[in-house]
Amino acid sequence: MDIRLEGISHHYDDFEVLRDVTLDIPAGQIVCIVGPSGCGKSTLLRFIGGLERPRSGRVVQLGQAPEGCLNPLTYIFQDFALLPWRSVAGNVSLVLEDHGIRGTAAREIIEDVLARTKLTDFAKALPKQLSGGMKQRVAIARALAVKPAVMLMDEPLSALDSQTRELLMDDLVDLWSRQPFTAVYVTHNLAEAVRLGHKVVVLSRRPGQIQEIVEINKPLPAREFGDPELDEPQRYLWRLMREEARAADAELMNV
Amino acid sequence: MSEIHTDETKGSAGAERQPVAFRGGGFAPKNRRWIGVLVFVLLIAIAEWGTRTGWITALTLPRPSDVLETFGELYSSGLLFKHLLPSLSRLVIGATFGVLLGICIGVLIGLFSVMRSSLVPLVAALFPIPKIALLPLFVIWFGIGEGSKYALIAFGTFTPTVVATYGAVDNVDRTLIRMGQSFGLSWLSIVRKIVLPGAMPGILSGLRISLAIAIILLVAAEMLGAEYGIGAYILEAGSLYDLERLFVGVVILSLLGVIVSAGIGILERRLLGWRV
Repeated sequence: MDIRLEGISHHYDDFEVLRDVTLDIPAGQIVCIVGPSGCGKSTLLRFIGGLERPRSGRVVQLGQAPEGCLNPLTYIFQDFALLPWRSVAGNVSLVLEDHGIRGTAAREIIEDVLARTKLTDFAKALPKQLSGGMKQRVAIARALAVKPAVMLMDEPLSALDSQTRELLMDDLVDLWSRQPFTAVYVTHNLAEAVRLGHKVVVLSRRPGQIQEIVEINKPLPAREFGDPELDEPQRYLWRLMREEARAADAELMNV
Repeated sequence: MSEIHTDETKGSAGAERQPVAFRGGGFAPKNRRWIGVLVFVLLIAIAEWGTRTGWITALTLPRPSDVLETFGELYSSGLLFKHLLPSLSRLVIGATFGVLLGICIGVLIGLFSVMRSSLVPLVAALFPIPKIALLPLFVIWFGIGEGSKYALIAFGTFTPTVVATYGAVDNVDRTLIRMGQSFGLSWLSIVRKIVLPGAMPGILSGLRISLAIAIILLVAAEMLGAEYGIGAYILEAGSLYDLERLFVGVVILSLLGVIVSAGIGILERRLLGWRV
């Protein structure tokens, strides 16, 4: 299943957030969206998953979601969004209950996704007992449980320290290599973008427009920490963004 | 590192050495249970000693040992439970009605714009009314029997519960609700599994206030046409200036308050163990 954004524009009251964004998200690829703060990249992600409506333009889904897919467009949030009163297993079970999956069927799915995110031993733990990295792995497990067609990741590693971030990036690459998934990955961290993205979409500052789409051809599993081959695209991206980021930083907050 | 060290010992030879003063600490009160008990014991001991030495006259304050004796008589005559049981049943029935209705209305206000715009001003108008002032009205509406007493207590617990509940619903983390929507949870599931548990801390702390108000209103409710009940017992003792019996009644109400508060404490520990 592919996703296509067609001429998306949006404004809140009298300031324009996004202008005419057209973008293809092909199945099996990770598309990273980078841009200076306030450029509307998270807003764009909310449009893709149907949590907000753009003023003009539309998001279309090409083809049917694969069979067995419970929630085609599934988010992973920056702040994890785990229910603090439910255990790790309970948080995963939450998204299955509404599909009538209970008992053994649910237990099988939960065991499987917890094993894939290396959380099997923590099934009964409450979120308050977990580190930030583990919390985000629970959120990833929860997303995997509904067998999404497209994962919508909103700065998923931004709330974590840099070591945890590296570990989780390895985990994401592992997950993708075992079973390629489609993802839109919003981040402000260029190292994450070049590490995980097949395509990196650079947005300009507000109103966000697509400035350039950079393709990174090196296969995902072959990329590694401090990879010199990734330096060049990262430097290129930074050159694209630098002036925009400086200008965005100097703008007055208008929220 | 070693260089810095030698440097420091050299420097310290001439200069004055003094430790950095500690200035953190404080602002973190802890609960020490026995101090609370000690305060009670101390106050009662002072009252006992004062009344025995005649420093406090019998008209000012009854002697604690006399109050205890009166309580013993009340218990042995079997009148204690005759007074306590009707009071407890009024409290339980009235407060249950008020609290349940309050939680329902509070959740509706928290979730729907129309409910919010229409009911918030109404609740604000009802809240400051001294419910005791409406007692005659309740008697006309619900009769002189148990109905008016239930209604008074229910009404008194209803308003603070509504206010606490909708505040608590407002405070539920919106990102959790967004998450629920993004996974396609039904409206009812979001309310049941996300909004209500998320609002539980606020609802329970509201419960502390509304149940204390329920105990206050119990006495008011028993002012009219109640033969038995702690409130009736206190009012009768008051009109006779029988301070010992008055204090027995007051102490029972205090104990009731402490028990209710401890009960909510237990409920909080069981339901809110997930809080950081």
